Amino acid sequence: MKYVNQPMQKKDAKALVTGQPVYTDDLAPKDCLIVKVLRSPHAHALIEEINTDAAMKVPGIVCVLTYKDVPQERFTFAGQTYPELSPYDRLILDRRLRFVGDAVAIVAGETEKAVDKALKIIKVKYQVLEAVLDFHQAKDNTVVIHPEDNWLAQVPVGGDNKRNLCASRSESKGDVDQVLKECRYTVERTYHTKANQQAMMETFRAYTYLDHFGRLNVVASTQVPFHVRRILGRALGIGASNVRVIKPRIGGGFGAKQTSVAEVYPAIVTLKTKRPAKMVFSRYESQICSSPRHEMEVTVRLGADEEGHLKAIDIYTLSNTGAFGEHGPTTVGLSGHKPLGLYRDYEAYRFSYDVVYTNRMSAGAYRGYGATQGIFAVESAIDELAELMHMDPVKFREMNLTKEGGKFIGYDGSTWVTSCTLDQCLERAKEMIGWDEKYPARDLGNGKVRGVGAALAMQGSAIAGVDVGGASVKLGEDASYTLSLGATDMGTGCDTILSQMAADVLETDFDNIIAWGVDTDVSPYDSGSYASATTYVTGMAVARACQDLREKIKELGASMLELSPEEVEFDGREVYQLDGEKKVSLEAIAVKGTCGNNTSLQASATASSKISPPPFMAAAVEVEVDKETGSVEIIDYAAVVDCGTPINPNLARVQTEGGLAQGIGMALYEDIQYNAKGQMRNNSFMQYKIPTRQDVGKIRVEFAPSYEESHPFGAKSIGEIVINTPCPAIANAVYNAVGVRIREMPITPEKVLMGIMGDH
Amino acid sequence: MEIKFWLNGKKIQAETEPDTLLLDFLREHGCCSVKRGCETANSGLCTVLMEDRPVLSCSMLAARADGKKIVTLEGMQKEAEEFGEFLANEGAEQCGFCNPGFIMNVFAMLKELSDPTEEEINEYLAGNLCRCSGFMGQTRSILKFLEYKKAEKEEAKGQ
Repeated sequence: MKYVNQPMQKKDAKALVTGQPVYTDDLAPKDCLIVKVLRSPHAHALIEEINTDAAMKVPGIVCVLTYKDVPQERFTFAGQTYPELSPYDRLILDRRLRFVGDAVAIVAGETEKAVDKALKIIKVKYQVLEAVLDFHQAKDNTVVIHPEDNWLAQVPVGGDNKRNLCASRSESKGDVDQVLKECRYTVERTYHTKANQQAMMETFRAYTYLDHFGRLNVVASTQVPFHVRRILGRALGIGASNVRVIKPRIGGGFGAKQTSVAEVYPAIVTLKTKRPAKMVFSRYESQICSSPRHEMEVTVRLGADEEGHLKAIDIYTLSNTGAFGEHGPTTVGLSGHKPLGLYRDYEAYRFSYDVVYTNRMSAGAYRGYGATQGIFAVESAIDELAELMHMDPVKFREMNLTKEGGKFIGYDGSTWVTSCTLDQCLERAKEMIGWDEKYPARDLGNGKVRGVGAALAMQGSAIAGVDVGGASVKLGEDASYTLSLGATDMGTGCDTILSQMAADVLETDFDNIIAWGVDTDVSPYDSGSYASATTYVTGMAVARACQDLREKIKELGASMLELSPEEVEFDGREVYQLDGEKKVSLEAIAVKGTCGNNTSLQASATASSKISPPPFMAAAVEVEVDKETGSVEIIDYAAVVDCGTPINPNLARVQTEGGLAQGIGMALYEDIQYNAKGQMRNNSFMQYKIPTRQDVGKIRVEFAPSYEESHPFGAKSIGEIVINTPCPAIANAVYNAVGVRIREMPITPEKVLMGIMGDH
Repeated sequence: MEIKFWLNGKKIQAETEPDTLLLDFLREHGCCSVKRGCETANSGLCTVLMEDRPVLSCSMLAARADGKKIVTLEGMQKEAEEFGEFLANEGAEQCGFCNPGFIMNVFAMLKELSDPTEEEINEYLAGNLCRCSGFMGQTRSILKFLEYKKAEKEEAKGQ
């Protein structure tokens, strides 16, 4: 391996560091219509009357659309493999408004000023309805958020729109109640995580135009071009074949752009007006009407025997999907299945959940996708259980954690633990932080206490049996290779790491690979970049396609040498006779490919996996708690990751550091809050604080790679797992420092101080 | 109204509205490196230099640029490539959307502080948000760049 496991620079690095115009809004035609959406001021209302006459008269206004102007077939914004598990519960514009910020009307005009003016003078008479804002009250509430008869769950997921229920389910192994009853030690606790914004620096945006065939072209900042194609085809009633989606560079996604938040608005304007149109979400809109993390309340019951062996795990999750069901039935699954995979040998488990509709902004996909919420709960509860047993929580984990070669019990992505160094990760994280010297805490004598906390995490690598990676590679006339991808590089560097794999399979220079994507008309199908899938399944597809192309190069080379393919080998530079002197260079074969040739020098491959081998991770954090103010400062964050072979150690490291910082934000600051009317309190970066470089302390990352045999280079995923440890590790550290157990994120100074004061 | 100012070393004269923000004006005039990250002056993505000082172009009217020298990353391509190499060697450019504002502020910092400590770096650049990198790689790249610049200076002295 020449390039795999090397810190190659990202292929697009130079364009990005010099500020080249490579993002959606940089590329939009200058004369395109500006599209904006009138937002509902009410959490739950019906439009009684809507009058757009005055708005239409504003000079420069080209189009104003209301619920009367849109197709009536429901759809979902969720970017998922068909048939989507998310219910079809949306219209582009609906008469019923389900949260503050819901779309009331679409306005398009020549200038932003004209559009802003028109938005102000659309006259709407609302019938304000009672709203369901508290997700505890949602199920079977008399106020029904989706009373419509054409609400459609394509796949039975235990939902019932008449009960405000998006999904529900229960699964178990063994008699969890009986095993818990027999346990010497048990805990039962409830943990609450809030909605958080992905807060990628580039907000949602797309521009649209009709091409020379009259087809709708969509250039969008999306993680899921192929899903957007299908979603728009259905939403607009024109069919997917009339939609082409192109993804340029993306300014971050973190799951937010796995939901088609913005595309439909300029798309319908272009269809109605035949003119190019663009919509760029403001940060305000990105805060109030987008696709944040599902708020979840996770109740955990754990039981252990006298010696400290974990015997039973019972998890119940209540998830708040908000006004629409995007990713509702699926995120919740990870809140149980992922933490259940962290431990071994327990006798019984149960995992059940309800996902409910409320009159808040719809939730969506956010890095970690439910695992973050569930792991916070279980990894906090493990510490609480160890505390009850007077046992070091790290020792408890060492005794019970999942090991390579063992069997998964509650994890749904694989039967066997095919690759895992979780024990080594924990051992090393412990050393890095100096656990044995520092646990549980040191009083600095100045009103400040330093405590340490630990947590484990896992995720998956693609959705088993569902996600599809695609790659197509061709040899150019000049002996360069073009690698065409359907996976979407959103800054993480997948164009680069997939090129590294391709270069190694083809035994060519990294710079000889041109990575290109995505255009749904020409790129190979790929589910998109989500579910920690790209390195794993698209990586498999790349290796397969490159291997196939090698065979074709051999075939053409052999025919040029007047030999059979069995008589030659290819070493990346030339095809040579195994048993003789004949040889022909790749350059000559490439040229031959363009002249009098009947052998295709292009290969495509598709890959999916029956298993989703989890990456693993252990983290240990040292925090400093101010007993006077309750404030918590990160001193040192040590994390050790088993992502299999890190294809690019630099990019894997930065993924980890970035995920940890984002997780620290979730643990300490980030909390979407609403007032009693359902209006969001923190609708800007002024009120919604994400971590700055002064807030994250020192983050130290190491790798303890296992080798995942099912991947051509032994790799697993890295993108999502890295956000899962901060919430529990920091909560555990705060407890060890000052004895205050925070079970509701974020860990604010107020909560810590109230806890400290409550003790005295 | 008409404004005249120096944009990346070239004198420009243009019509603008009194309420046009400098950020929008610059993007309309070919400086697409200047990005908008928020509406509340919190992200630092729109940082440009005015008279060699970093300013948030989202919080300044284009009219205020009249008679001034404005520099965006388009005007510092050579410098951007030089520092960008260090950023890219850490993989810390990531999605790239915050890079132009961040890099402009790094240049402003290096003009003000000859040998900043890690703490000073974190303080100076606190207003430049990045959601991808977790900041560690950005800091590593700055420290390595400073080392490189120091060595370059030493070498020049030695000759």
